[in-house]
Amino acid sequence: MFAYIVRRLALMLVTLFGISVIIFVLLRVVPGNIVDILFDAAGFVDPTDKANLEKELGLNLPIYQQYLNWIGGLLHGDLGYSYVSEKPALQEILPRIPITARLAALALLFSASIGIPLGVLSAVHQGSRLDYTLRVVSLSGLSLPSFWLGLLILMASVSMFGSMPIYNPNPKTWTEAFAIYAVPAMAVGFRSAALTMRITRSSMLEILRQDYIRTARAKGASEASVNYRHALKNAILPVITVIGIEAAFLIGGLIVTETVFNIPGVARFLVEALRWRDYPIVQNLVMLIAVVVVVANFTVDMLYAAIDPRIRYGD
Amino acid sequence: MMEAKTEDTVLDVRNLQTVFFTNSGLFRAVDDVSFSVRRGETLAIVGESGCGKSVTALSVMRLVPDPPGRVVGGSVTLEGTDLLSLDEAEMRDIRGNRISMIFQEPMTSLNPVMRIGDQITEVLRLHQEMTAKEAWAKAVEMLRLVRIPEPQRRAHEYPHQLSGGMRQRAMIAMALACRPALLIADEPTTALDVTIQAQILALIVDLQKTLGTGLILITHDLGVVAQTAQRVIVMYAGKKVEEATVEDLFANPKHPYTRGLMASMPAVISFGAKTDARLNEIPGMVPSLTNLPPGCAFAPRCRLAIDRCRAEYPPLQEVDAHHLAACWRATELQGAP
Repeated sequence: MFAYIVRRLALMLVTLFGISVIIFVLLRVVPGNIVDILFDAAGFVDPTDKANLEKELGLNLPIYQQYLNWIGGLLHGDLGYSYVSEKPALQEILPRIPITARLAALALLFSASIGIPLGVLSAVHQGSRLDYTLRVVSLSGLSLPSFWLGLLILMASVSMFGSMPIYNPNPKTWTEAFAIYAVPAMAVGFRSAALTMRITRSSMLEILRQDYIRTARAKGASEASVNYRHALKNAILPVITVIGIEAAFLIGGLIVTETVFNIPGVARFLVEALRWRDYPIVQNLVMLIAVVVVVANFTVDMLYAAIDPRIRYGD
Repeated sequence: MMEAKTEDTVLDVRNLQTVFFTNSGLFRAVDDVSFSVRRGETLAIVGESGCGKSVTALSVMRLVPDPPGRVVGGSVTLEGTDLLSLDEAEMRDIRGNRISMIFQEPMTSLNPVMRIGDQITEVLRLHQEMTAKEAWAKAVEMLRLVRIPEPQRRAHEYPHQLSGGMRQRAMIAMALACRPALLIADEPTTALDVTIQAQILALIVDLQKTLGTGLILITHDLGVVAQTAQRVIVMYAGKKVEEATVEDLFANPKHPYTRGLMASMPAVISFGAKTDARLNEIPGMVPSLTNLPPGCAFAPRCRLAIDRCRAEYPPLQEVDAHHLAACWRATELQGAP
């Protein structure tokens, strides 16, 4: 087990290295850098000024040199300076992380706490009106883009309350905190909730046919015990996989949701930085997201072993 | 009826009818079946696959999946209580407590993500006032009772860490933990190796004697019946076609179907005997339950069938003392096949 974890951690480092190369190269393949954008906006180009600025930002160096500078800095905890604000990139990124993390955690919590029980309910009452309703609602959850759902929520809020929630770093009341965090989290989590529900349902349907479910009934266990204690624990593995993958996809959903709800989180910041070709911000943010995804994957695999005794990671 | 209801009767089933509603129509999986089991007695239910043995057992447990199945008639009386009139919560108090069941597949009948000890503990805590610690101690004791070596260690293990025979022992421990009045064993040895089969059967019979449990043994293996049961009922196409004591049934089977079953049992060939003797078989197939012939369901496969057999279903009659058979020609049949 220990050897396995060490090997997994080593693999994670290799993965992250690969991602760092890809993101670095991709960013530079995209036409134009911040200097081009600035000079285009000014409408006047003095080639010496441009060359000076590029030199100042280190953009004149060969690409491998730029990469080594970035990675070397990263290993020392130096993320470089934002081209736009000229502040240290770390200072720009760090305060935004908790905002997005809170949103993401809430969205995942929402999708698990809604999706799993509804999935169980749908499977247990297979073929009933409740089952059909839940399946239609979940299908709509899969087909509604989260930005559109966010817009709908905002419009509904305006038409019902005459206002819409505006982000405030220090919400004063619980209702305000709810409006600022929970509503966007639900908008972005609706899709995951729908997916979680559908996976839970199909996995439960499979498990409920197993012999040991009949054994549990023959013991005199209640329906609740049969469904949750006996069936769900066996049915949960694919659900965990999906939630793990959703955790990664969530970043994409958060980009639009943070934009729609005007929340100054990491995801929206990433898009803004990309527009300015603010390399230090984009590179480091993507690396951060990559770390989150890789760690989420690792956690899912570890959870597998914790839940199913038949799964053991040996050498 | 053959068995008078006595103080000793644990289970009494009268005219049980279980039907299934399927796309191809309604079929009677169990049709007018009656039997009773006394304390400490073993009743074997014999028949081919699909003859209604398992559905009979599930009907007694009230575990027939509904839909598509439903018990539509008859009565099931356990120790004086009519099980069919109980509500679901009352029935749950009976299951695993007064009636237990062991299933055919020990590989898939235990929950793979729960420890063996926890699975036994669960049934104890459902039906008896016990702390978790007491229940665990009792679970270990049950594992010892079913002769699982190192029961303390095994209780902490998961089903996949046990062999098939061990798992079936654990199932037996679970089924007997609450000292039920009736144990239903549905082909308990079919999925096991031959050597293990004998051990498991011996264990079931032994514990049944010690605990005084009534036992319904469902099997298609007449060898198992001869070794363990006192009385036998033979089922065909959802109906009981013969009932007798084991001795009577083997010495003097009265239904052509029973005779066919016995003739198709391979015998151990003694030294010097002809070794190329062909095994007898019953010609034809079990009829589809959705499309039964008007007369005796066995008539199309029966060598002795006469016109009456094809027209009229023969009633279950006492052809000898304590020997029932549903065949128009039963009285003409004498001696072992």
